[in-house]
Amino acid sequence: MTTGAVHSWDLATAVDGPGTRFVVFTAGCPLRCLYCHNPETRFARYGRRVTVDSIIAEIEKYRRFIQVAGGGVTISGGEPLLQPEFTAELLHAVKGMGLHTALDTSGFLGDRATGQLLAETDLVLLDIKSWDPTTYRHVTGGEVAPTLRFARRLSDLGKPMWIRFVLVPGLTDALDNVEGIASFVATLNGVQRVDVLPFHKMGAPKYPAVGPPFLLADTPTPDTELVERVRGQFTAHGLRA
Amino acid sequence: MTAVEERLDAWTGFRGVAWRHDIDVRRFIQANYTPYEGDDAFLTGPTERTAGLWRDLSGLFAEERRRGILDVDVHTPSTITSHRPGYLDRAQELIVGLQTDAPLKRAIMPNGGLRMVEASLEAYGYELDPAVKEVFTKYRKTHNDGVFDAYTDEIKRARRAGVITGLPDSYGRGRIIGDYRRVALYGVDRLIEVKRAERAAIDTVPSTEDIIRDREELAEQIRALGELKEMAASYGDDISRPAATAREAVQWLYYAYLAAVKEQNGAAMSLGRTSTFLDVYLQRDLDAGRLTESQAQELVDDLVIKLRIVRFLRTPAYDELFSGDPTWVTESIGGIGEDGRPLVTRTSFRFLQTLYNLGPAPEPNLTVLWSPALPEGFKRFCARVSVDTSSIQYENDDLIRPRFGDDTAIACCVSAMKVGKQLQFFGARVNLVKALLYAINGGRDEMTGEQIAPATAPLTGDYLEYNRVRAAFDHTLDWLARTYVDALDIIHYMHDKYAYERIEMALHDHPAQRLLGCGIAGLSVVADSLSAIKHAKVRVIRDDTGLAVDFAVEGDFPRYGNNDDRADTIAVGLVEDFMALLRSYPAYRDPMHTLSVLTITSNVVYGRHTGNTPDGRRAGEPFAPGANPMNGQDRHGLVAAALSVAKLPYDEALDGISLTASITPNGLGRDTDERVINLVGVLDGYTDAGGFHLNANVLNREVLLDAMEHPEKYPQLTIRVSGYAVNFVRLTPEQQRDVVNRTFHGSL
Repeated sequence: MTTGAVHSWDLATAVDGPGTRFVVFTAGCPLRCLYCHNPETRFARYGRRVTVDSIIAEIEKYRRFIQVAGGGVTISGGEPLLQPEFTAELLHAVKGMGLHTALDTSGFLGDRATGQLLAETDLVLLDIKSWDPTTYRHVTGGEVAPTLRFARRLSDLGKPMWIRFVLVPGLTDALDNVEGIASFVATLNGVQRVDVLPFHKMGAPKYPAVGPPFLLADTPTPDTELVERVRGQFTAHGLRA
Repeated sequence: MTAVEERLDAWTGFRGVAWRHDIDVRRFIQANYTPYEGDDAFLTGPTERTAGLWRDLSGLFAEERRRGILDVDVHTPSTITSHRPGYLDRAQELIVGLQTDAPLKRAIMPNGGLRMVEASLEAYGYELDPAVKEVFTKYRKTHNDGVFDAYTDEIKRARRAGVITGLPDSYGRGRIIGDYRRVALYGVDRLIEVKRAERAAIDTVPSTEDIIRDREELAEQIRALGELKEMAASYGDDISRPAATAREAVQWLYYAYLAAVKEQNGAAMSLGRTSTFLDVYLQRDLDAGRLTESQAQELVDDLVIKLRIVRFLRTPAYDELFSGDPTWVTESIGGIGEDGRPLVTRTSFRFLQTLYNLGPAPEPNLTVLWSPALPEGFKRFCARVSVDTSSIQYENDDLIRPRFGDDTAIACCVSAMKVGKQLQFFGARVNLVKALLYAINGGRDEMTGEQIAPATAPLTGDYLEYNRVRAAFDHTLDWLARTYVDALDIIHYMHDKYAYERIEMALHDHPAQRLLGCGIAGLSVVADSLSAIKHAKVRVIRDDTGLAVDFAVEGDFPRYGNNDDRADTIAVGLVEDFMALLRSYPAYRDPMHTLSVLTITSNVVYGRHTGNTPDGRRAGEPFAPGANPMNGQDRHGLVAAALSVAKLPYDEALDGISLTASITPNGLGRDTDERVINLVGVLDGYTDAGGFHLNANVLNREVLLDAMEHPEKYPQLTIRVSGYAVNFVRLTPEQQRDVVNRTFHGSL
């Protein structure tokens, strides 16, 4: 039986996909985003090894509620594509329950998503953390190209997508950086909306317990003006932001 | 015109037959109402007249807040006819009538208890007229005096220790809803006729104590109906006949309610289920071109203004227990009829619209009877009002309707009753947490060491053993149930005798069914404590006298509020077990025993008087409100918590199960439309799962913190607590902190 490293699960509305959702936070992520607000999910060893069946049993308790209220199941993390077999099996099982599925990913490991996995994903929440490769590397420790490749693949499939962009003053807010993402996203099929997520520090208190220092402690959160500017850059491309 | 002709004239255009012969408002509504399945687009804003009236009042509210009470008449015990007519602005008011001769001027109602009156007056710098004091000490006994003549030492001990508290033994019990609609539909003369017939029907029955009491009560009811006519006449209206127009219907209904709040300072003076009834009249006048939409809304706005200024004289301690200055003018809106048609009308919308036209407010306590089958337009409007004002509460119509029928209203917070056919004997609540600690300590109080429950052997050993704790707890609960029902018997006997609700009961059928509304506080603390004892190890820390004063928990344990059966079944079992014990003690006037899991805001006061508990809660910390999980212990979000609460069986807690939730706007969606759709979904899901009640607050903690600092900026900030809403800036600092510290769901 396939097992996966899972940190926790939660019920959330309006955050990780439409409606009320059962969100599975997988453990382990290949990126090291400076602003990460879930540092406790960085390593697989921070999670528990659980079977697909045990997660499904938990979801079963909410199936009826989710069906009546509207919503679904979101696999988040961590990075769910770090455990592609587990994630695929989970998505398959959730589809089998008749629930809407969403995959919340950075796309960095998008190549690992099989056609089958994507076929059982109703919505992809795709984080594009920056456009400029140098900025992307600085913010995440990784490369942007795999994410863009994955986005194109999803576009070719016509897969519904919500693009997410974390706006950090002085880090990801450069005009060109935003413009690059916006003009790229505008070429994609299936993008239903763009969420500009203002950087926040609510994850900061979790850092001491998991080790690495929180490097953005002195970075301000974006003001309304900045958020509106960036939203405007997306909407100028005809995107819903 | 003869009386019959007048009636026929007033009823022109109405359909149906049965309601004409018997007093049967429900059948009248069913035969005549127009369900409305559309959206809120037809609604109108406040007229200049309405806005002006409200503006004038807002100035008085500020003054009242500053002084505690605006004014009080210390000379005149209040009756239906005690005061001359009073007005806000006689030229501008469409609906008239005040409790005294001036707005916000409070009255004294010593029948409930003289001490309460004196203490309240003293707290605000007034002195009771010595002549009144003489009457109510020398010549006239009060409810409070009667109760304390009959209380046993055991009850007094339990009351003093706080294991049974909040009892209506020194004030009006409330939670009785007169069917105020009857006055509009039938006119008072017809109601008097029917009461005379009810009285005549028992004249042939032998004069047992019960029958003598019934006869005296019916005589009082008839007298009260006469006084109601007299009071209305003082405002220039003849309500002996039925209302002939929409304005008269609203006015007649309000006179009847006004008579009740002139006569009784009840803990909760609820209005009933009036919006769809009134809609029949408003629609008739709209159809006939006698009224425009704006004028229809004005009538509702004016009624609601009157309901917002109902005032009672109460002590600061009472206000502390119940947060602010609540009157629980609960109005139940919506629901589905037994024939499947929604009971939603345009006037259901108009009532909710007052929260925009007059701004948010805690009163009237607007309560939506929710069902997933309600029309989508209505559901969305309700959710929008919640998102914008946090001022309404939701109760599960799909649970209520099969048990109480479709003409049921909520009294107070969550107490369902058939309008005009049932009433409640209000019983406040017992502190289940203290009972658990008494079980561990052989009946001694954990704070004082005093022997409160009968002495039993305290539990021994370093660690608590689940089976032994359960056995001792069952024993304590049995004592508690017996003592509690005993106390309630005395209270309601004396209330009937010395402070009988004449006018409210005149607007009930005879005989009416009585519900004994018992209650529990601290359910989540006890469930978590028992779960800790069962699933972890709980070491007892005792003082020199052997009293268990603290507990050390070793290991983790499942908590109530996470949709985890291991903990939730403990909570379910507690409700079932305590209800069974209550039922085993028959009570005064043979009521149906019911139970609520509701604390209002007394969870703060209860917590303050309760020691350390085996779940790790520290002495003095507030309990969670109502049936809520403990703050911070519901770790999987609101939905998981709500599904835990939904497991509590309504049939074993027919007086209601309360859940209060605070959600940040972003936790519901990124714009209003999304928030509305998601809140509708959550309400549907929770109702479908069998959840009974939800207070939905949609606001940010920062707003509350700012309101604590700058109350003057937030005169109308309203927040739902347990079963009702409060004006946030009128809470004590301690209550404000409790509200702020409650779990805010940044996401559901």
